[in-house]
Order: sequence, then C-alpha cells, then structure tokens
Amino acid sequence: MQEIIDFKEIDAILERYRYESSSIIAILQDTQAKYRYLPKDVFPYLSEKLGISTAKIYSVATFYENFSLEPKGKYIIKICDGTACHVRKSIPILERLRKSLGLSESKETTDDLMFTVQTVSCLGACGLAPVLTVNEKVYAAMTPDKATELLAKLKEEN
Amino acid sequence: MSMEFMLIDNMPVEIAGEANILSLIRKAGIDLPTFCYYSELSVYGACRMCVVEDKWGEIHAACSTPPKAGMEVRTNTPRLRKYRKMILELLLSNHCRDCTTCEKNGKCKLQELAQRFGIKQVRFSNTSEESDMDTSSLCISRDKSKCILCGDCVRMCEEVQNVGAIDFAFRGSKMCVSTAFDEPIANTKCVGCGQCAAICPTGAIVVKNDTARLWKELSNKDTKVVVQIAPAVRVGIGKEFGLPEGENVMGRVVAALRRIGFDEVFDTSTAADLTVLEETGEFLGRLQKGGVFPLITSCCPAWIRYAELNYPELLENISTCRSPMQMFASVLKEHYKHSNRKVVSVAIMPCTAKKHEAAREEFQENGIPYVDYVITTQELIQMIREAGIVFSEIEPEAVDMPFGATSGAGVIFGVTGGVTEAVIRRVSDDKSVSALRAIAFTGVRGMQGVKETSIAYEGRQIKVAIVSGLKNADDLIRKMKKGEAHYDFIEVMACPGGCVCGAGQPFTNAEGKKLRGAGLYDADRMSNIKRSEENPVIMALYGGLLKGKTHKLLHVHYHRKA
Ligand code: SF4
Ligand code: SF4
Ligand code: FES
Repeated sequence: MQEIIDFKEIDAILERYRYESSSIIAILQDTQAKYRYLPKDVFPYLSEKLGISTAKIYSVATFYENFSLEPKGKYIIKICDGTACHVRKSIPILERLRKSLGLSESKETTDDLMFTVQTVSCLGACGLAPVLTVNEKVYAAMTPDKATELLAKLKEEN
Repeated sequence: MSMEFMLIDNMPVEIAGEANILSLIRKAGIDLPTFCYYSELSVYGACRMCVVEDKWGEIHAACSTPPKAGMEVRTNTPRLRKYRKMILELLLSNHCRDCTTCEKNGKCKLQELAQRFGIKQVRFSNTSEESDMDTSSLCISRDKSKCILCGDCVRMCEEVQNVGAIDFAFRGSKMCVSTAFDEPIANTKCVGCGQCAAICPTGAIVVKNDTARLWKELSNKDTKVVVQIAPAVRVGIGKEFGLPEGENVMGRVVAALRRIGFDEVFDTSTAADLTVLEETGEFLGRLQKGGVFPLITSCCPAWIRYAELNYPELLENISTCRSPMQMFASVLKEHYKHSNRKVVSVAIMPCTAKKHEAAREEFQENGIPYVDYVITTQELIQMIREAGIVFSEIEPEAVDMPFGATSGAGVIFGVTGGVTEAVIRRVSDDKSVSALRAIAFTGVRGMQGVKETSIAYEGRQIKVAIVSGLKNADDLIRKMKKGEAHYDFIEVMACPGGCVCGAGQPFTNAEGKKLRGAGLYDADRMSNIKRSEENPVIMALYGGLLKGKTHKLLHVHYHRKA
C-alpha cells in the first residue's frame, strides 16, 4: 500500500525546523504525527532536503521505539499490560479486541487502516486498572465486553 | 620547544602531535590490535581491542585517549591479554566459523587476531545466524551474519565517500548495518567504489569474485582471450608475493597472465594516452568554441555514478571521453572484428566500480559488453596462486604488439594528479626536459585529497583542481556552486589517492599508498616516451583503425536518467 504524500506538508514541517538536519528527530516526530507512521516515500525527500542519507534517517527511525515504519490505524488502541493491569485481567481484553478485529501479535493494524491494537508496559494509571487508551483518551476499569461496546461505538463514529 | 614523552612498555616515546596513544604505540613499533580504528576515519572506540593499562591499573582504549606527557602505559599485561581473548571469543560466539569457504579467508582480521591470540576454543555457545546475503551489486556482496558492528564501512561510506548507503539500524541485539529499509544495495546511492569492502575486517562486505567464470573461458579452445592491465595494478601486486610494496612488477604480471592462458596481453596505459589526446582536444575545443566549464574528467566510474545520482546537471561538464579501459576495449573489438575465434575481452583493474562500468548499457552492442570480465588485482593474485605460479621467480615479459608501446604520461594515470599531469604535458608548448620536470612541481603530485594549480596557456591562466575521495569532490562542487571557487579543469578520482588505492587492490596503509604512487612515478621516469602524443602506437591508431571513428570508438554521452 502506497501512501500519497503531500510534500507541501513536509515542507511546512521542514520550514518549522529551518531545514536543520540536527532537528531530524523532531522532524520525524511531526511527520509521524501527520501520517501516524513514517511513510517510506518521505525518506528520500527528507534526505535530499536535509543533506543526510536515507540510511542515516532509517538509522534514527529504527533506533527509537516510538517511530513506526508501518502504517497505523485511525484509532490506536493501547492495552496496558503492566503488572497491575495484567493481574486484573488485561489479556482477555486484548484477546477479545484482536479476535473481533482479526489481528494478532504480528498483525497490529486492520487492512482498512481503522484500528491498531498494541500492548504497552504501564500507562502509569494502575489505580484504574485494567486500562486502555484510544489515541490519547483513557478508558478505565475495562472488561472484554466493555471493549466490544467501545469498538462498536468507534465504528459508528465513521 | 622542549620535547614531551610518554612511557610505553617502559620505552620513552616522543609525543609529536599524535591525536591518540594508539598512534604513539604504533610509532614505537608495537602492533596493537584494533578492529574499529582507521586514521582516515573518525574515532568510534567500540571494539575495545586496543586497550592499554596505565600505572594505576586502569584500562583505556588507546584509539580514543589523547597522549599526555609523563603518562605510562603497558600494552601487553596478563589482564589485557585476557580481556582481548574475551572480546575475540565473544565476537566468535555469534560469528560463522566456516573460514575455509569465506571470500575473506586469509585476509580476515578476526581470523588473524583469533590466531594471534591463540583462540583454540570459544567458551560461549554458538549463536551465529544463518548467512544473510545481498548480492545485488555487481561490485560488492554483503553478508550481514558476518558483521561485527565495528562501523568501519559506515564511516568510510559517509565520511570519505559522502554516500551514506549504509548505516546502523535498530538497537540492542537487533542492531545491524543496513541500507534504508533493508533495500538491496544496488537500489541505493552506492557507487560501487568498494572502499567499505576494503576496510571491513571480516567477510561481511567483500568484492565480487568473477574468477570462476573466467577460468572456464580460459580453458575454452574456441575463444581468444585478450587482456589489458591497468596502470595501478603493477605497483599493487608485488607485496603479496614477497616483493617490496609499490615496486613496478608489470613484466611479471604480463608473464603470469600468459602462463595462466591469456592469448594476448596489453597495457591499459596505451589507451590512457588516447584519453589524454582526446580529453585535451575536447578541452581546447571548448576553450575555442566557448563550451561548458569546468571540464571534469571521466575516467573514474564511481565518480560518474556519483554525479549521475547526485549532480545530474554536471553530466554536461564531464568529458565525453570513455575511460581508458573502455577506449581500449573498443579499439580491441574493432581490431579483432574479423577474427575467426570468439574474442573475450578481460580487464585487470585496481577498481571494483569497473565491474559496474563494464555492464553499463553505453558500453555494449547488441547486449554484448565491450569488456566481458573485470578482474581486480586481488582476484588476479588468487588466480596466480591457483595456477601455482611462483611470482617472485617468474621472468618479466613485454606486452604484445601491435599495441605494445606506452608512455610515462599514460602510466601515471593510476595515481591522483596523474591524468592532470599528462594533460599538462600535452598542452604545454615548452617540450624541453626541464619544462617537463617542472610540471611535476606545480602541485599536481602528492597524496593529498585536494590539490590546486594553474597553468599558463596562450596568455591565460587555466585553473585546475585535483580531488580524490568523493567527499572532497562534493565539497569542491558545493563551493563551485556557491560561487566561492572557480575552475576550468577538474580531475576526480573516487578512491582517496587515486586508483593505486582502489578497493580492488590488496589493502595497504598510508605509507604503502605513497609507495605505490612513487612506483608509478618511477615507471614514468624510466619510460623513454614521456608524452602521450609521442607514443608511436597512438599515432599509428589515429592514422589507421581510428580514422573517422574516434567519436564512435572513444567517446560516450552519459544521459540523465528520468
Ligand atoms: S560490515 Fe564489516 S566493516 Fe561494516 S560494521 Fe560489519 S564488520 Fe564492520
Ligand atoms: S561500495 Fe562505496 S558507495 Fe557503496 S556502500 Fe561501499 S563505500 Fe558506500
Ligand atoms: S580500535 Fe580502539 S576501540 Fe576499536
């Protein structure tokens, strides 16, 4: 699948950092904010504009866990699997979500690019366990059934 | 100024501006082991093989510690030996150990140091990975599983060649050297210079080997195999056979090639003379008719590739002259066109990028390349060994007619500044011996990466720049584009120091490179023909085979790719 890139938007990002190659991390962050991942076609463009090699940008992009080279869904669901959430049965929630969306550990994103399901190691909200987030919004004291309802609601929004 | 000293294994060693104690230790004649240090690259300090112990028992990496007056270090204590063995065992624990079938066998630093430190067994379990090959390039192959992550290739490609085709990717146990998105290297901006392979201590990056196919060709009775030898090869090969580094052993190479079974043996220097005449003609033509300046040389295929990929607008500045190898190949094709045996054209080159040049579509007719095989100096060494030839005892022989004459100007093509010097010899009106000698002192000689000079021609000054190493070339181009520098003629060689330092040659240090350059200037001095236009073979060619065909056989237009 090929993302259509509007290079004017990339230019705007580059503009913001005055085309400074030392700002590569910030530039990648802003690019990811726009596309929810780092599209491959952006690399040669950034390379040309910043005067650093695509291999170097790839090096930075693969060094930090935060950057994704795979497309992400519109809704990124992160299920906490920290100790507190795990004990309070976060895994069945994860399994329910994966099952209803046809996802797995190796396939995190639905083909229609609506949903990405991931685990995280502790969202720091143990009092609300088990917790999940959809994009930046926090949902507390979840159960598998509540998760199914949430999915239905999100699908309706579209 | 008072002298400052440091104590190395109890020997006082003078500090003379060295950047690190490793250089000092080596100056003291101690061969401290290293994987990740090269004086021409930035210091990485990752492999820890270069450790030394100070008098308080503290351990330092010699490559990244500056020398201090009065400092005392030891390079070979029981602790250090143990430490080094440990590093080697750790490296070997996840490294393939099939040394006998590795391309780098006998030239691998890991193998060498394991032997030197007497590693007979590895205490850790073997976690080496399956081989993971990228054979997409015609010049080099990579096998990630043999990488020890020293980063030498990464720094070479970026710092010296300004290409950056490869870099570290991922981190922790997943860390590897990779192209962007793990693309095949042939799809990147790699120019095939091979400098990464030259510097890689293991078999993780090696030069492509085409000897097996060539042996088959040589044993085929129905083919006539003709071969040309590039200038730099003659000064790069002797050391491997116990002769002094940089010694000109052309005669022995010729003899060895005949023994191996080549039917006709020629010298690429002959074609270099053609290049000098054609390129000078082009330069003067542009001067008269007001063509594009600067004129940039076209002999180096890695440079051509670099320009195509990064500065396509400069292609019109690049001389239309084919490289000497391709000029000779075309002449040979024409010469043998009525031969009743199939002619196979081979070129022995110091260069890995020539393998790619030989496959370019500009240099083939009906899908048949003008040069069928490019064999590097290192591959030739292997062939000589395989044939059981005792190189140091073989009697030198001369190359074949009718292309048997060369000039000193053609021979010095193999070192940075050589092309320029040959062209200056051609354009200067003063043909006296003293004038010829004076050219050598105009700043064209020496192994520096950037040289400038200017020559008087018909009342004007022609500004010349000579660069080797693509980073140097890139810096120069940028300066030119900003209007900070102006030149009429630029010589570019991708390998620092020119072809004598090509990645197809056996690896050598800075001193060795200098000796190879000096070897070519010696050959020039001993040559009774100094200038290209005085070479009788060339004159005969212009009057015969080349008549009316110079453009078709000697020139090429590199076009912008869409
Ligand atoms: S490929 Fe070779 S030079 Fe590059 S990091 Fe690996 S071992 Fe070092
Ligand atoms: S061959 Fe040259 S350009 Fe290609 S990866 Fe190696 S150093 Fe870089
Ligand atoms: S050579 Fe000093 S750390 Fe590698």
